[in-house]
Amino acid sequence: MKLFTFKGGAHPNEGKALSENCGIRRLELPGEYVFPVSQHIGAPAKPLVAAGDRVLAGQKLAEAGGFISADVLSSVSGTVKAVEPRMQVSGFPVMSVVVENDGLYETAPGIGEKRDWQGLTKEEIRQIVRDAGIVGLGGAGFPTAVKLMPKNDEAIDYFIANGSECEPFLTSDYRMLMEEGERIVGGLEICLSLFPNAKGIIAIEDNKPEAISRMEKLVSGKERIEVASLKTKYPEGGERQLINAVTGRYINSGMLPADAGCIVDNVATLAAIYDAVAMSTPLMEKVITITGDAVAEPANVQVRLGISYKAVLEACGGLKTEAKKLICGGPMMGQALFELACPVTKPSSALCAFAHDEVAENPTTPCIRCGRCVEACPEFLVPPMMVKAATHDDLAGFEALNGMECMECGTCAYVCPARRPLTQIFKQARKMVMADRKIKAAEKKQREEHEAAAKREAEQKLAADKAAETV
Amino acid sequence: MEQTAERKKLAHVSSSPHFRTPVTTRRLMLDVVIAMIPALLWGVYHFGFYALVVTIATVAACVISEYVYERCMKLPITIDDGSAVVTGMILALNMPPQIPLFIPVLGGVFAIIVVKQLYGGLGQNFMNPALAARCFLMISFAKPMTDFTMPGAVDAVSSATPLAVMKAGESVSLTDLFIGNISGTIGEVSALALLLGAAYLLARKVISIRIPGMYILTFVVFMLVFSGHGLDPYYLACQVCGGGLIFGAFFMATDYVTGPLTPAGQMVYGVILGVLTGIFRVFGASAEGVSYAIILSNILCPLIEKYTVPTAFGKGRYVELTKKLLVENKDTKHVAKEGR
Repeated sequence: MKLFTFKGGAHPNEGKALSENCGIRRLELPGEYVFPVSQHIGAPAKPLVAAGDRVLAGQKLAEAGGFISADVLSSVSGTVKAVEPRMQVSGFPVMSVVVENDGLYETAPGIGEKRDWQGLTKEEIRQIVRDAGIVGLGGAGFPTAVKLMPKNDEAIDYFIANGSECEPFLTSDYRMLMEEGERIVGGLEICLSLFPNAKGIIAIEDNKPEAISRMEKLVSGKERIEVASLKTKYPEGGERQLINAVTGRYINSGMLPADAGCIVDNVATLAAIYDAVAMSTPLMEKVITITGDAVAEPANVQVRLGISYKAVLEACGGLKTEAKKLICGGPMMGQALFELACPVTKPSSALCAFAHDEVAENPTTPCIRCGRCVEACPEFLVPPMMVKAATHDDLAGFEALNGMECMECGTCAYVCPARRPLTQIFKQARKMVMADRKIKAAEKKQREEHEAAAKREAEQKLAADKAAETV
Repeated sequence: MEQTAERKKLAHVSSSPHFRTPVTTRRLMLDVVIAMIPALLWGVYHFGFYALVVTIATVAACVISEYVYERCMKLPITIDDGSAVVTGMILALNMPPQIPLFIPVLGGVFAIIVVKQLYGGLGQNFMNPALAARCFLMISFAKPMTDFTMPGAVDAVSSATPLAVMKAGESVSLTDLFIGNISGTIGEVSALALLLGAAYLLARKVISIRIPGMYILTFVVFMLVFSGHGLDPYYLACQVCGGGLIFGAFFMATDYVTGPLTPAGQMVYGVILGVLTGIFRVFGASAEGVSYAIILSNILCPLIEKYTVPTAFGKGRYVELTKKLLVENKDTKHVAKEGR
């Protein structure tokens, strides 16, 4: 069988054996549920409820704050305790709606009804996806409805279901493929109905042979869907790398996948699309992996969004040793947490707890210019040159080296034998460039406004002078 | 009190990624040392125990001078990274077998302090420390540095290196040359032992084939055209196996610090090395020239790097490629539809 892949990358310890055979367990947990208004890329949602209101599961708590934004729905029924900033995984407090779960799980009207989606128009399907609050569940959190609205539906020739799960230790997508394959295929079929020329590709890394054969069975006889096995390599599931692996096409940071005729959605997102469109169930739950060598019982659990990681971990049996490092997401791109009292949000995919902190145990030494980062960079960048530019505050130089193409995947820092914090330096430099651009844009706007005002004034004066002359 | 207890519970935070490869700088240096052991063993077997003494003294000189310098300058002590050991070993393997001990020791001190530490230590030197030291010693102690008399030898032929013999118009045994049954420096004589080490480095992915491959290939092509011997396999094989070319190509030109980072730059670097070595051997007075070719190319490295930055993913030619693919795709679809 053909093995698809991209150039570069690395192969970190997969660590999936810990939890890959743990079937998905559904957890219904009591207590407080926190729904931050910003769980997606784009404008934050605007809260619609106030403290004291009673809300139902599936009810809209906050409304999309723009085109690129998403609604936030309650995953439980109960009373709104507060609308206030709450600590997030990012380490920053974000305005959140806090709901006390009453344990009744009373749903909003119409939820859970089976729907014959084949009779729906494209617009209806897109609206349903939008109303269901679905965003990319793989980690980026891009509003899915926006993704499903490219300029030209006919120009899309690949719809890729991303089941590669290249992040080490994560197994939630694998379990979804193993247990919820029908929903994934259903979601993919719904998406394909929007794009007449698209071929559906379910892309899975070859370290999950059972998932590959299972999905192959499920799609046999379906003309428009194929399963592609990918070489197991990080970051095979990165959107740009995945498109390149499957189609040979390249996109850069300034392009959308649709510019290369592709749309990529995570398999969990497709299952959520199926639920929303065929089962009238908006995005309220998510499968996450609880894993790591400090976790007592690694597991894949389906939880309601908004529950705190602390409650989930405790329900899974807690820690067996002290965790030096807690990571929301995987070890390559996940966010380190200093405490667990943060809510599970839409892009959350895992909680990893490690007894050792490899970063602290590996002090930085001088760069020996071995070039391993250059070989590994999936964006074909030259990290040592970028570091030089970034650490000398040469932002123009950093941009000239295509620093803004960096997707912060962490491969360079992973492969560095001198343990240099390359990715961290690039994250910082990229933020500085973006802040710089913002300032420049604001200055430009101000200057333009000033010029326009001056012009208007001059015109008025001219008109007044003319009027005076005619008199 | 409660606050401190609470604070203790907080986990570490750091920017992602949270994993690190098991390959460390020390591991890479250790691999290079391991790869040089076959050549060293052959040197000791072929030239006698004194070769080992030279090697140990040179390595010790490098490590101790690094320690003393860092101690005096109140810098963190970095001798455990293994880079000084590698420098010492390369320098030692570049020494004639009968060299008086003070010469390689002086070379070791020069390599570490002048070439490496004065420029900022590991990763900052622009010339290969061992080779710069060798060239320094060649200029300072020309006679002992070019005295390749075999221990116990009486006739003059056995004291000349095979390439010098060939330059003088006589012939040498290719088998002896390949196995290392010749005169030369401690580590350069056995192509076989060196290739064993090179295979280890390639298999461990410590080095890529780009630099040594392009180096040797270019050199062979250059010799084909300019040596005046034309397509003479015996002559070419002798040129490749002799004069430390294999040692230089796999162990010295691949030095991370002083070679280009970019894949294309490494190819260009290999070509320049091959051409320079060819020029030195064909048109120069000396029969070897690998060391000078490498340190000259070291100086060109920043320039090479500047012009060989790879095209970023999805930029430049990749945009064109994608456009082409999209057009092709449309065409095939169109044809398929018409066919139906």
